Amino acid sequence: MTSLTDTPFTVAGRDFSSRLLVGTGKYKDFDETGAAIAQSGAEIVTFAVRRTNLGQDTEAPNLLDVISPKRYTLLPNTAGCYTAKDAVRTCRLARELLDGHNLVKLEVLGDDTTLYPNVVETLQAAETLLADGFDVMVYTSDDPIVARELEAMGCCAIMPLGSLIGSGHGIQNPHNVRLIIEQSQVPVLVDAGIGTASDAAMAMELGCDGVLLNSAIAHARDPLRMANAMKLAVQAGRDAFLSGRMPRRQTADPSSPFAGRING
Amino acid sequence: MSTPDELIQLTLNGDPHSLAAGATAADLVEELGLSGRRIAVEINEEIVPKSQLADTRLANGDHVEVVHAIGGG
Repeated sequence: MTSLTDTPFTVAGRDFSSRLLVGTGKYKDFDETGAAIAQSGAEIVTFAVRRTNLGQDTEAPNLLDVISPKRYTLLPNTAGCYTAKDAVRTCRLARELLDGHNLVKLEVLGDDTTLYPNVVETLQAAETLLADGFDVMVYTSDDPIVARELEAMGCCAIMPLGSLIGSGHGIQNPHNVRLIIEQSQVPVLVDAGIGTASDAAMAMELGCDGVLLNSAIAHARDPLRMANAMKLAVQAGRDAFLSGRMPRRQTADPSSPFAGRING
Repeated sequence: MSTPDELIQLTLNGDPHSLAAGATAADLVEELGLSGRRIAVEINEEIVPKSQLADTRLANGDHVEVVHAIGGG
């Protein structure tokens, strides 16, 4: 049996074998967070930056005790930021938090009903962050023109939404995602909207370089099992993409030969 | 010149906070019980690197943010 090989997933000059990136939000507790992320096989893990709760138990475990920067490549996000300015501040805080680590997930949101990306603020923030030496993986709409602008500015990964953050509606416009994939020289990841394994497989079959998800695992009834499902789905979708699927036909094409039938 | 008895008023993570005049950012982190924890400090929207916390004196009216990592996607 020949072994099947794949090129590594490369972002910002770093190689990874897993093409599944996961978030750390919405879990029941840190034990569940750590177990689900380990089960997913993810090597890049996102987290959020928030004010320290003052006056509380300062000995309580910290997320970074569970998701060790030694084991995982941490990807701080700017979730909750509605302006370029706040997103830039958040990235600078994250860089300080991680001792100079400069890979970030930029997301600047438009409103709290849709959490849809505000692309005007996103473009402004990307410009400032890139000038400040950050490697920017950018969450954006599935607009190919905006994606092209972000790539031209120097973002190291383009991450269009599949559907609204946390909605679990899957990939609502696969045609746009495909357009973005076909035009991009940097990795394209579907980020947001993945609800179940088939959504992740679909992203990979479209030709995405990776998938970033959080709620689909954290809000599954059994997060550990869904983490495993997502790992397998991303691998299956990737292999299906690399295989080159069979052409679609309008009519049937028998798998068993016509010749030699007993009624022939 | 301030005496140690004098207090300065900060805005710390959005709330009022009093601190002895002359205190440094490292003193504040210590008072909060966060020494050695994985945090980041910003004063008036500028990052204060860990290496400079002890050399950064806080002033009346400073806006201080102390942040850490939490779960998120």
